[in-house]
Amino acid sequence: MSKLLTFSILFLSVTIFICMFRAIKGPSAADRLIAVNVIGTKTIVLILIVSFLLNETYFVDVAIVYALISFLSSILIAKFIGNSGGKNI
Amino acid sequence: MKDIVVTIFLFGGLFFFMVGTLGIIRFPDVFTRSHSAAKCDTLGAILCLSSLVVLEGLNMVSLKIILILVFVWIANPTATHLIAKGEYARQASLEKLNEVKKHEDI
Repeated sequence: MSKLLTFSILFLSVTIFICMFRAIKGPSAADRLIAVNVIGTKTIVLILIVSFLLNETYFVDVAIVYALISFLSSILIAKFIGNSGGKNI
Repeated sequence: MKDIVVTIFLFGGLFFFMVGTLGIIRFPDVFTRSHSAAKCDTLGAILCLSSLVVLEGLNMVSLKIILILVFVWIANPTATHLIAKGEYARQASLEKLNEVKKHEDI
C-alpha cells in the first residue's frame, strides 16, 4: 500500500507541473486562475496522501484550511476579473 | 478486499486528474478549459478522497476527510462557475467598448 501511495504522489506532482505550464503561459487571467484552482485541488489530495504515508493525522487539519483559503482566493480574483470593465487582463 | 477497492478508487481519481490536465493544456478556449477543470475538481478529488476514507476506516480522521470532500464538492464547481461568469462579463464589455460589429451587419 505504501508503494501505491508513493506512486500516486509522484503522479500528482507530474500533473501539477503540467498544469503550471498553463498557469505561466495562459493568454488571459481567467486561464491562469483556472489552472491555479486545479493546482489547489491537487495540493489538497497531495497533503492528505502524505499524511497517510507518514501517519501524521494533523495534516488533515492543514488540508481543511488549505481548501477554505483556496476557495476564498479563487472567488475574489474571479470577482476582480468580472469587474475589470473590459480591460485586457 | 479493502486493498482492491482502494486501488480502483485511487487509480480512477488519478485517471480523472490526468484527463483534466490534458484538457487544460489542449483545449482552445477559456470556457472549454473551465469545463475540463471542473471534471478534474469534482471527480478526481472525490474518488481520491473516498479511497482514503475506505483505507482509514470510520473514525475521527475519516470524518474530517468526509468534511473536506463535501466542502470541495460544493465549493469548487462554484468557483469554476464564477470564473466563467466573470470572463464572460469581461468579454461582453470588451465588445461593447470597442463596438464590434456582427458579420451580418456589415
